[in-house]
Amino acid sequence: MIAATLCGFTKLLVGASAHWVKPLPAEQQCIYFANHSSHLDTLALWSALPAEIRGQTRPVAAADYWGKSALRRKIAVHGLNAVLIHRGGGAKEGNPLDPLYAALAEGSSLILFPEGTRREQELPGDFKAGLFHLAVRFPTVALIPVYLDNLHRSMPKGSFLPLPFLCRVRFGAPLAKIPGETKPDFLQRAREAILDLA
Amino acid sequence: MSPEEKFQYLIMGLGGVLLLSTVIGLVLKRNAKTEASRDVAVNLVARIRSWWVMVGIFAYTFLLGSTATLVLFALVSFLALREYLSLTPSRPGDRLALSVSFFLLVPVQYWLIGTDWYGLFSVFIPVYAFLLLPALAALGEDTEDFLERSSRLQWGIMIAVFCISHVPALLMLDIPGFDGNPMLVFFLLLVVQLSDVFQYICGKLFGRTRIAPVVSPNKTLEGLLGGGLCATLIGTAMWWITPFSPLEAAAMSFVIVVMGFLGGLVLSAVKRSLGEKDWGSMIQGHGGMLDRMDSVCFAAPVFFHLTRFFFA
Repeated sequence: MIAATLCGFTKLLVGASAHWVKPLPAEQQCIYFANHSSHLDTLALWSALPAEIRGQTRPVAAADYWGKSALRRKIAVHGLNAVLIHRGGGAKEGNPLDPLYAALAEGSSLILFPEGTRREQELPGDFKAGLFHLAVRFPTVALIPVYLDNLHRSMPKGSFLPLPFLCRVRFGAPLAKIPGETKPDFLQRAREAILDLA
Repeated sequence: MSPEEKFQYLIMGLGGVLLLSTVIGLVLKRNAKTEASRDVAVNLVARIRSWWVMVGIFAYTFLLGSTATLVLFALVSFLALREYLSLTPSRPGDRLALSVSFFLLVPVQYWLIGTDWYGLFSVFIPVYAFLLLPALAALGEDTEDFLERSSRLQWGIMIAVFCISHVPALLMLDIPGFDGNPMLVFFLLLVVQLSDVFQYICGKLFGRTRIAPVVSPNKTLEGLLGGGLCATLIGTAMWWITPFSPLEAAAMSFVIVVMGFLGGLVLSAVKRSLGEKDWGSMIQGHGGMLDRMDSVCFAAPVFFHLTRFFFA
């Protein structure tokens, strides 16, 4: 119910039309990773997914933002079925990626913004290492680069009221696996995969 | 015949026409020999499917009454404005003016129709929004392309909100027997859209002479004359649902056809100046909301004022 409302609201506001370079079978487990410039990014990407894929896909959300108020927590946890993680130095105990490992192990797909925070520009900056660790530990999960177009116009960093501009969600082909690739090379390649879609 | 009975007959008639078109579309698709003719047939079938949805939504809304019709057209304006502004460059300094356009001007313009306030309805956007929007943009303290940015927004508001709002504004006209009666709205939309459809068909069948190859390569003289004639004849034949005599209905239909053609032409030029072929993709086979409403934008205000001047 919350999920359907959120999805309808997002489509009315920003359209979030999906464009697939190479559509995947619905049962393929994936990590969707995208550029991050607006609070609407998670909702837009999630709404653009076909319903049967959306049901098994969990966005990764920062606990310091989405866990802050009761309403945000309700939207994140009950609406989006998000995996909340502690970013930066906020980690209490253990590895901050543990909740993600658990979600992947139970078969969920993930939506991830590897820059870790929103940027002023649309094009992505440097990626944090999380995506690399997930890729190494779960080699069978497909890594799908996603480019979110025009969303920074709708709700740039620092704005409170989203504006209704049509945005496109471009899903790229899965990132190729290169055994033994170093972390910086992998992260660079992942970032370029998003730039190629821009 | 009571208005309700008339409306039932109209919807049944439209359903019959759509059913026939669906069959023709499927036959064409099955018999398509070449790649190109197959593409045309596939697009035709998608277009007809969208027509079913659009006719369904409008018929249901008309049955619900005037308020529902107003809400529907407010939504149409909102979506058309969204398409227009998505393709139009803006700068961060425009945020306030853009927010006001979407969340204030659209609802207020339709609320004015709902309260029957004709005086303010007709000047609210051309006067007040015209002056307010650039003032808000100026507060953004950004002078780069200021005139271009302001004009683009004013133009979009005029087309997507002011012009389109003249369709449901027909409901507030004081014509004996037609107060709050959706027949004039139905008549306008029927003639505009049939004109588009018949121009498309006649253009595909007999089109040779292009009228404006740069702006709109699909518009041909043969299409315009054939399609315009068909739409005018059908409009004339529908005089019994309007306050017009058959001759007056013919004249009105003719004006609607001409204005609709000009609307398609102008909005196509705007679209191309923005570097796009379609306004959007929300109506399958047709493109965006503005691709379907471009002719209505130009026909509605003129039809509204002619009807108001001579019949209200």
